[in-house]
Amino acid sequence: MSEATDLPLWAAIAVAVFLLVGAALALIGAIGFLRLPTFYERIHAPTLGTSWGVGGVMVASMIFFSVTSGRPMMHEILIGIFVTVTTPATFLLLARAALHRDRVEKTKGVPEKHRADIVNND
Amino acid sequence: MFPFPILAVFLVLMWLLLNGFTLGHLIIGTMVAVFACWAMASLRPEKPRLGKWYLLPKLLGMVLYDVAKSNAQVAAVILRSGSRRHNPAFLTIQLQTHNHFSLAVLAIVLTSTPGSAWLEYDSNDNTVLLHVLDLDDEAKWRDMVKNRYEKLLMEIFV
Repeated sequence: MSEATDLPLWAAIAVAVFLLVGAALALIGAIGFLRLPTFYERIHAPTLGTSWGVGGVMVASMIFFSVTSGRPMMHEILIGIFVTVTTPATFLLLARAALHRDRVEKTKGVPEKHRADIVNND
Repeated sequence: MFPFPILAVFLVLMWLLLNGFTLGHLIIGTMVAVFACWAMASLRPEKPRLGKWYLLPKLLGMVLYDVAKSNAQVAAVILRSGSRRHNPAFLTIQLQTHNHFSLAVLAIVLTSTPGSAWLEYDSNDNTVLLHVLDLDDEAKWRDMVKNRYEKLLMEIFV
């Protein structure tokens, strides 16, 4: 890691901040995934890791490699785009499976398929 | 020759980002993009019709800001989960747009936002079932989905 010592101070601080924020969000998401009580609450927690969790690490990587190689490195942005665009596919699959199971089992507090109580505030 | 010009441009851009910006990769990337667009055309997908496409950067900025704000809120909820109860709730929202692209973008936005989850879309009555982790003000959420995002999406995709 000889490049790391050549990094100017401003870049080192920016990389450290983004890396720590991203990692902290992913960790908090994992803790939430473990601790929240119901399925529908737990499903929110990993989104921390797939939004600004991956975003922070991505920005840190872009700054680090752009500064050390002397030319802009932008391909990390593809990771961010693909993670963001593909998350809803698995997410929706899990959510709808859970909804279906809860409706079949008639679990309390889960909305029915055909609802008459829609508030229309157009 | 180019059935999907925007898709082709983005494919070339992606190829160059992955392989480096050289003339050789520009040529290979362009060939890959052209063939990929022909393959795409043979699937005969529904074509998006862009209206006010210049509003896309505004949408991107709004989403990045809202997602960052929601990250902070959800992190606070998780870290304080011992001391303070949050208020998880289901929310059914009546949408106006039937456009598939608007709905897809709205689903991605609401799923990426940690505080909200897009659970189920019903095409019969055009409603969407959301789950919100900490529902403090129902009217505020309805306003955010309908006025902040749906209006903008209806201007972008016509």
